[in-house]
Amino acid sequence: MSTIGTPTQPSVTAAARKPAVKTTSWWAIKWKEIKAHKHSYILMSPYMLLFAVFTVLPVIMSVVISFTYFNMLEFPRFIGWQNYSRLFLEDDVFLIAIKNTILFAVITGPLSYMACFVFAWIINDLRPKLRAFMTLIFYAPSISGNVYFLWQMIFSGDRYGIANGFLIKMGVLLDPIQWLKTEKYIMPIIILVQLWLSLGTGFLAFIAGLQTVDKTLYEAGAVDGIKNRWQELWYITLPSMKPQLMFGAVIQITSSLAIADVSIYLAGFPSVNYAAETIVTHLIDFGTIRFEMGYASAIATVLFTLMVGTNLVVQRLLRRVGE
Amino acid sequence: MRLALPIRKKQVNRSFAGTFWMFVFLAAFAAFMALPLVYAINAAFKPLDEIFLFPPTLFVRHPTTSNFIDLMTLLGQSWVPFSRYIFNTFFITGMGVVGHVLLASAAAYPLAKHKFPGSKFVFAIVVLSLMFTPQVTAIPNYMVMSWIGFIDTYWAVIVPAFAFSLGLYLMKQFMEQIPDALLESAKIDGANEYRIFWQIVMPNVKPAWLTLVILLFQMLWGTDGNGFIYSEQLKTLHYASNQIIFGGIARAGVGSAVALILMSVPIALFVFSQSRIIETMTTSGMKD
Repeated sequence: MSTIGTPTQPSVTAAARKPAVKTTSWWAIKWKEIKAHKHSYILMSPYMLLFAVFTVLPVIMSVVISFTYFNMLEFPRFIGWQNYSRLFLEDDVFLIAIKNTILFAVITGPLSYMACFVFAWIINDLRPKLRAFMTLIFYAPSISGNVYFLWQMIFSGDRYGIANGFLIKMGVLLDPIQWLKTEKYIMPIIILVQLWLSLGTGFLAFIAGLQTVDKTLYEAGAVDGIKNRWQELWYITLPSMKPQLMFGAVIQITSSLAIADVSIYLAGFPSVNYAAETIVTHLIDFGTIRFEMGYASAIATVLFTLMVGTNLVVQRLLRRVGE
Repeated sequence: MRLALPIRKKQVNRSFAGTFWMFVFLAAFAAFMALPLVYAINAAFKPLDEIFLFPPTLFVRHPTTSNFIDLMTLLGQSWVPFSRYIFNTFFITGMGVVGHVLLASAAAYPLAKHKFPGSKFVFAIVVLSLMFTPQVTAIPNYMVMSWIGFIDTYWAVIVPAFAFSLGLYLMKQFMEQIPDALLESAKIDGANEYRIFWQIVMPNVKPAWLTLVILLFQMLWGTDGNGFIYSEQLKTLHYASNQIIFGGIARAGVGSAVALILMSVPIALFVFSQSRIIETMTTSGMKD
């Protein structure tokens, strides 16, 4: 707020002359500015009203409800930190859910982020038609919507499933494996499918970002002694793309912490021995089946903190890169 | 304002061997990405005996349209006429897309082009909202919906979509590159803010509109009502198709046909709008 200092100075002299009237206080200046931009506020208001009602208000409500006992029928009753203590001290399944969520995020987050960048980077060197085609191939899974069903057919537990069929035919397996019902296979399969689905908006942002890098920088770099594509990537491309890299990070981190649909469709709900339980599926369990809204809100609040916290930390780290 | 696609004919710092192996690497992963979709396309045209062949085949040998014909028969028998599901999805998608593009653009213009008290704060909140997913707010959202009386109406899906934050973010970043001189000259000619927005800014951000349209389309096309819609006659195509797909073994062929139809629509839209979307994404970066 650097504006506070300067505008108050004339008011001091004015106040010295006429001590009774404080002419231009900080608020008066702000009010003037607000009036001058009233059209801006009017243009923004419909969107912001809805944004406040459907995003800001629910976040606040969620935090408030998380400190209550609430079953949708009776009025919420304040119970302090009880939901949180139950969550972390008594709920064993939630601990599994946290472990799985973090495992999913630690693997799919960075891997999908790197995949988005590496594929975008290679695609960028292709000729335009091939580039458009490859972009489509890599982007298509994330927009094709109802595709979990395909993976169900691939990892189907009988001999007609693609995975079982091929492995039996090649002689690797004798009997079909119940892929989605065996604990040790569930996590890797979900990670695989999630990675397959994850080249979305972040990937497009990288493709676009690579096209905006100033071409003369590459030529200048070659003159200055950059010898190969790796040096070029490290010294020119990555630093020029920092804004897109930050945007991509937000998108990939957020989606890697929200894995639920893939888990529910492939591993079932609940999954065998909670092998694929995540924070989000746990939230769905308490919110839509058990109707323990206070408890579910505590789960949502933990998830919110985890998502925003991770994003802010990573943003801070990425901002430092190359400085 | 179309971005000239750069063709770097003579690229510096590229060895032939390196390029070759990079391409092999890319092709291998492209095959992995495409395989399930190729399988889906083939499965949709397989006759029932081929679907349950052992060992399973990837490519169809005797293509048939019987799955699509079965699908038509099935659709004719549904309790709610199938055209109703189609209408529901189109209505939700259409309203949501139009409303979102209008409201998000109107909000993005002042945020991109004017500095006023609160503008930075508002945008920071929008960026913050990119950092968590809607599941976080699902429970209070249901309560808000029931207070407003949106439960079991189309509006429960449409109205929140208006305030989709990624759309505002991308639109605002794209609008920032409109030259200030253009807006100044319009102002001197006597245009007010609303006219500037509608007649100068909006025609200049067509690529961004298209991007918002596609993003929202994908989101709403695949919606199953988000748990807000209970009445059978209000349910969406996606919901109805899931009913078919989860019909079990007997529906395997028809299920593939449905999946193919459903996924071909967003993919086709993307094919037509790819260059505009990439153009919008060039401005997507997060500056401090």
